[in-house]
Amino acid sequence: MTIKTSRMQRLRGPLFVNGILALLVLVWMIPTIGLFVSSFRERFELQTSGWWTIFPHREWVNVATIDPREQGLDATGLMEVEGVTATFEELREGVESPSGKRIQWVGNRRIGRIEVQERQWAVNWSFTLGNYKQVLQGKDFEYRHADGTVEVIPGDDFSSALFNSIAVAIPSTVIPILIAAFAAYGFAWMKFPGRRLLFILVVALLVIPLQIALVPILSDYAKLKLNGTFLAIWLAHTGFGLPLATYLLFNYISGLPRETLESAFIDGASHFTVFLKLILPLSVPALASFAIFQFLWVWNDYLVALIFLGGNPNFEVVTMRLAGIVGDRGQDWHLLTSAAFVTMLLPLAVFFSLQRYFVRGLLAGSVKG
Amino acid sequence: MHYMEMEQHEERALSAGIRVLTFVFRIALAIAIPIIAFLVLYAGFLFLRAGNAPKWLITVVAIVWGVGGVAALYWIFNWIIEMLPKQWTGRLQPFVFIGPAMAILTWYLAVPTVRTLAISLFDRDGLAGGNFVGLSNYLAVFTDRLMREAFRNNIFMWILIATPLTVVFGLLVAILADRSRFERVAKSLIFMPMAISFVGASVIWNFIYEVKPAGSAQIGLLNAIAVGLGSKPIAWAAHTAISPWNNLFLVIIVVWLQAGFAMVLFSAALKGIPEEILEAARVDGATEVQAFFKIMIPYIMGTIITVTTTIIIFTLKIFDVVWVMTGGQFGTGVIATQFYRQSFIARNAGYGSAIAIVLLIAVIPVMIYNLRQFRQQEAF
Repeated sequence: MTIKTSRMQRLRGPLFVNGILALLVLVWMIPTIGLFVSSFRERFELQTSGWWTIFPHREWVNVATIDPREQGLDATGLMEVEGVTATFEELREGVESPSGKRIQWVGNRRIGRIEVQERQWAVNWSFTLGNYKQVLQGKDFEYRHADGTVEVIPGDDFSSALFNSIAVAIPSTVIPILIAAFAAYGFAWMKFPGRRLLFILVVALLVIPLQIALVPILSDYAKLKLNGTFLAIWLAHTGFGLPLATYLLFNYISGLPRETLESAFIDGASHFTVFLKLILPLSVPALASFAIFQFLWVWNDYLVALIFLGGNPNFEVVTMRLAGIVGDRGQDWHLLTSAAFVTMLLPLAVFFSLQRYFVRGLLAGSVKG
Repeated sequence: MHYMEMEQHEERALSAGIRVLTFVFRIALAIAIPIIAFLVLYAGFLFLRAGNAPKWLITVVAIVWGVGGVAALYWIFNWIIEMLPKQWTGRLQPFVFIGPAMAILTWYLAVPTVRTLAISLFDRDGLAGGNFVGLSNYLAVFTDRLMREAFRNNIFMWILIATPLTVVFGLLVAILADRSRFERVAKSLIFMPMAISFVGASVIWNFIYEVKPAGSAQIGLLNAIAVGLGSKPIAWAAHTAISPWNNLFLVIIVVWLQAGFAMVLFSAALKGIPEEILEAARVDGATEVQAFFKIMIPYIMGTIITVTTTIIIFTLKIFDVVWVMTGGQFGTGVIATQFYRQSFIARNAGYGSAIAIVLLIAVIPVMIYNLRQFRQQEAF
């Protein structure tokens, strides 16, 4: 605290520091805010105006509509409206009148109308939960446009992908941690021939990028008929996460006080009991750090899922589903924004509630790729 | 006297009988339990593979089956081993503990590395009936136009531009936050993109880069600004006219995602600088800028190296962002996208494997340096 205050006193311009920091944070937040706001906007609005129009801004607003046929205007030649003389093409672009209004032809040449617009303050505040409904329910949704036409847009069955992601992510987090914890205990507290050599092998495997393993593993899976099953992807994530998990947990478990364990052994406890009753509870901070890291990694993973679950649309995870929407329906921003936000919801919740552990894990070197 | 002796004898025989019985019973159990466990697990596997139950049920069964199954296997193996004579328990128990880990590591990392190396010496069918072609896949890797483009992007765009940008930005935020009252909030918000998937981030940035035809309203932020400044709408990342600089629009995404990581590590390192050293320097008349370059930077040099090497490794393997944003087209291909395209789309196993091996060789020296640095710091 005292260090902190002395640092504070030294500040020549806290306003300057905080100002720049606020600016950077704002720039960093804008992409996410834009997505978040957009996911609640109506499909039609989303396609015709930027999300920032939810803030007050000046906009041309229609104040009067003129039927060109009633006025006897000839759309093939020069027309005179509201003190403006212009051709059809010019009117379509919009022409400003001497009184500061904008005259614009809306629609096609034969049945269009002329709008007289004024620049006014406006906010586009019509929000909806409909996008989320469409993304999660996977039915067809009807849109009634202002001119009465009805458009049918298919939704997206994202909820099934959400379930799949949960079924993939939780075991893919717990299994490697369990296996790594056993191995770390073995390396740290048991004596057996080849211990050093095997441990060096584990650390050496840290350098292998997972791309190396994809082709051989895929062909093994094809022989074992494991492709497109949960077991396949759990094992893959376990294999790719194990070197780091073992290494980190070894560092932690081998650092636990020797006396605690020795007194347990004197009391006649077996290795298994000591591991279960003593080591696991004592290692909770390290286990939690790695668990959060691995969970976020698996949840956000795209490549591994694409290869080992790619053949089975029934088991698609959220990242695959989202990438699928990007590929097939890249202009359906009402689906994309809400779907992207659905995929982010769980990791963001985990992240903000357990940030302390996550940071600790990062500092311990939980960095993989 | 005689009577008692007989009774003792009978008792001994009885207890021997019980011992034999329990022994047989234990062996039967030791055989039966693994078989039952195996059958239950296999039934669970078939149920999950069929996948025609309600989704929530599949999810619950998957979690219980997967996590419970692994725990049960450990418990069963250990139980069997602990029934053996003490000497054997001691000898075999280590293998129950480290065996599964070693088996999985061997299957998933050690053996595949050797196999990929072997496949890379064959043509498109790999080891399954392909022809041995020697090093010609590697020759192709270094001469192919698309691979040259991938190397250029990985080295120039990603290692030389994206990495320093991320490091410098992370350091800047760490220093600013260290001097601000709003440190926690600011750090958490800058750090937040770390929780977002690359696919999610690609959607976020696709939306910012969205391009609409000239004349209609631009809904992408960047084009709205560009048009507002009088430019034509531009397809940023897919804009081949500015190639290779369109890669920078992918670089921005990764800097946005990774700066938080750099910041967190720098922030912790900065807090480790003893206040007295900085104070002493200031008393001696050092300016803030001098204190920064002469004291802070050397003090956190270890962290700077760790962060830099980690991000270099990450950018060498970069895949998701490029794949979802551009599919590696428009001159944005990288090693990993070329690997994916060759291995899984063109189905050219030999060539794809050669690319993977080149990637491995590129990663190894950086990774060794990174690990060594990490050990020196003993952060854990």
